[in-house]
Amino acid sequence: MSLLRVEALSKKFGGVNAVEDLSFDIPPGVVYSIIGPNGAGKTTLLNLLTGIYQPSAGRIVFGGHDLTGRAPYEYANHGIARTFQNLQVFFNMSALENVMVGRYMQERCGLAAALLRTPRLARAEHACREEAAELMRYVGLHNYLSAAADAMPYGALKRLEIARALATRPKLMLLDEPAAGLNPTEALELDDLIGSLTGRGVTVVLVEHNMRLVMGVSDHILVLDYGRKLAEGPAATVRNDPKVIEAYLGSGVAAAAEMHR
Amino acid sequence: MSAQFTQYLLTGLTVGAIYALVALGFSIIFNASNVINFAQGEFVMIGGMATVSLIAVGLPYLLAIPLAVAAAALVGLALEKFAVEPARGASVVTLIIITIGASIFLRGLATIIWDKRFHALKPFTGDAPITIAGATILPQSLWVLGVTLAVVLALSWFFGRTLLGKAMLATSHNRLAAQLAGINVRMVLFLSFGLSAALGAVAGILIAPITTTSYDVGVMLGLKGFAAAMLGGMGSGVGAVVGGIALGITETMSAGYLSSAYKDAIAFVIILAVLFFMPSGLFGKRGGERV
Amino acid sequence: MLARLASPRTGGLLALAVVIALLPLALTNKYFYDIAVLVGLNAIVCVGLNLLIGYAGQISLGHAGFFGLGAYGSAILASRYGWPPLAAMLTTTLAVAALAYLVGRPILRLKGHYLAMATLGLGVIIFMVITTEDKYTGGPDGIAVVPLSIGGFVLQGERIWYWVVGALLLVAVWLALNLIESPAGRALRALHSSEVGAEVVGINAAEHKVMAFVISAVFASVAGSLAAHYSGFVTPGKVAFLHSIELVTMVVFGGMASTFGAVVGAAVLTTLPQLLAAFEDYEMMLFGAVMMGTMIFMPRGVVPSLARLFQSRRQQPSSGEGSGT
Ligand SMILES: Nc1ncnc2c1ncn2[C@@H]1O[C@H](COP(=O)(O)OP(=O)(O)O)[C@@H](O)[C@H]1O
Ligand SMILES: [Mg+2]
Repeated sequence: MSLLRVEALSKKFGGVNAVEDLSFDIPPGVVYSIIGPNGAGKTTLLNLLTGIYQPSAGRIVFGGHDLTGRAPYEYANHGIARTFQNLQVFFNMSALENVMVGRYMQERCGLAAALLRTPRLARAEHACREEAAELMRYVGLHNYLSAAADAMPYGALKRLEIARALATRPKLMLLDEPAAGLNPTEALELDDLIGSLTGRGVTVVLVEHNMRLVMGVSDHILVLDYGRKLAEGPAATVRNDPKVIEAYLGSGVAAAAEMHR
Repeated sequence: MSAQFTQYLLTGLTVGAIYALVALGFSIIFNASNVINFAQGEFVMIGGMATVSLIAVGLPYLLAIPLAVAAAALVGLALEKFAVEPARGASVVTLIIITIGASIFLRGLATIIWDKRFHALKPFTGDAPITIAGATILPQSLWVLGVTLAVVLALSWFFGRTLLGKAMLATSHNRLAAQLAGINVRMVLFLSFGLSAALGAVAGILIAPITTTSYDVGVMLGLKGFAAAMLGGMGSGVGAVVGGIALGITETMSAGYLSSAYKDAIAFVIILAVLFFMPSGLFGKRGGERV
Repeated sequence: MLARLASPRTGGLLALAVVIALLPLALTNKYFYDIAVLVGLNAIVCVGLNLLIGYAGQISLGHAGFFGLGAYGSAILASRYGWPPLAAMLTTTLAVAALAYLVGRPILRLKGHYLAMATLGLGVIIFMVITTEDKYTGGPDGIAVVPLSIGGFVLQGERIWYWVVGALLLVAVWLALNLIESPAGRALRALHSSEVGAEVVGINAAEHKVMAFVISAVFASVAGSLAAHYSGFVTPGKVAFLHSIELVTMVVFGGMASTFGAVVGAAVLTTLPQLLAAFEDYEMMLFGAVMMGTMIFMPRGVVPSLARLFQSRRQQPSSGEGSGT
């Protein structure tokens, strides 16, 4: 049984086919990586998988539910969480509050309870705060428990987004280039974090240019090029696929530079 | 076409031309700076009131009008220099409040320099109505239409053909790229306030002989011009003209055929209805930020 | 314990209560009480409006419309139709909430300047309806309003009103502070910063914007009803575009996303015209200049700017952290 099923998905922007006739299945419990050069349509695909963009054609079925055409918050309600390549941190809040926002779906309450701050809500808020702090420690942000989000360095913000996404208790987590912009040490620490997510029962979709990271944690790899599927299969197979090497891994300085980022 | 319909059409065109000029002022400043200048209506007021004063001291129209336009343009430049420029990077709401503060300031200043009374301005060339297809039109309305047309043509030449105009357009499309291409973006911003103010003043002078002028004529004209610019799609020159004319005609028609009591409300009902179906106006840019 | 007192909710509320309790020592005549009541009523509007503008980040240039609907609704039902004032007020409030909900849904899909235009238009339309339908509203001349009576007790006189409005302001602030610290309030602040960021954790942004819009409309409407009963008269001036602008200015002046800022903004900008009245002809010009000046030099508003100044003073010896991006 697949957790996520994508059927003939397409997205056009004017004349550009950012994603074209793409189909794949993701079984539960894996780390499923999506790689491809810049502009291949990876971010667009994640935007489609979270309802931020509506597909031009095709279907998205998650956990047996057809979510095509739904709003982003409905995708979240079904258990899909994500992080962003262009950070979408709430900079007007503390780091802890950012993660608490992630607990929204479990915490939400009636307007009356919110306005009157019922004792029950006060207790729930307390628990929420504890749990958010716990998640921050889990992603390695123990030093930022009382920091304001707008005072945190880039690398910490990327982890903050992971903690916020985890706070939603997702079944599926989409990570858009989590290692981009991190220094080598920070990138190395990410391996363990991503690897441990499946242990928490979270299936991971990883979009990433850092091939060391991808090869280290992936069970399965999908290669995109110009919005289309170039190759797909277990990590070891894809790594040695001549098509992939030619289109992505092998050619030129740019790709080489990307690999070493 | 009944004579009454023609009459409403002509009146609507005249009013619409004025809205178009004010809307163009909004759009030019918006393009250069992303600021909605709520003091735009005050330029209309300054144009009209200054002309009244200059005529009163005995100047002929030929001198009074350019002087009044220049005065408004100077105020526009000063507004940019002393109120908008120092607040660069502030939020949309903050900038809105700054320009509204400026409009209150200018209105207050007007009550001191001038007064709170209504002033009539003599029509440019007599007031004997001209009959067209059973409807009458004032010579002043012809002035309004003619000058507006000339201004629109001049602006399209300016933005299409001159280096400065092209620089201003480039800045509105992509500020950073314009800056990299060596355009002095700050100068563009500065000049756009002067140009918008001059446009507003022209509108104020043209309409004063028809509706009279006073220290607070700018309030409603400013809001309607804003509505016209929004209707066309803020930032679009064509949109401003089409929006202005469309607003003027619809307003006059519905005041004539439906209810004159709600004449001033019609512009806002239209704009709400349009925004309901087209959240970026008729000609506005679509699409939001990318994530 | 000290930390708890210093938290905005407990400490701030306490401080506000103390100010309200002690202020009468300085209010030496009826005129001062009158201004204090007006401050309180405006502050109630601003505390609500701040939820929308400051926290949810959605501008409204039409809230005088809701204030006016509250005032005229109470006036018409209580004075023309003889309803008990409280029933009139309650009905009016519910009607305003329903209206805000209905128009809020389409309007709040708009962003930035388009939202500004739409809310402005809404306010202007309400104003025009009120000035035109003079059969009910008295048109430009306004309408007299019966005093507020609860049971057999008639609320009259600045002093009684002072305590009533003071208590209601405390309640309004308490409700707002509670909301902000709740999941719904965090959702508002989140969508202000990043709408997609909020949506992908399951927040229905549109629904929350409408919620903030309705709450702010209700606060404005209640304050409008109270103002009508208090002054015994309403005129369309309180519904006009300029009053909407005054309200927004109070919020921004005090400091967006600061509930106490909204109160301070209302206090300063309600008293300022009274002070400037001494300058007669120059009043309008000075008011405009103050508006521009504060926004240019304190774009974040008075309270956050002062708080920041205070904080950086305290932190100076240790380190310069917290400057952020
Ligand atoms: N909102 C948008 N509007 C127009 N074109 C877009 C938009 N988002 C993405 N694209 C285009 O779609 C293509 C794929 O982009 P993207 O998904 O960001 O690639 P990747 O994440 O793989 O680098 C690019 O050509 C990009 O310009
Ligand atoms: Mg990308």
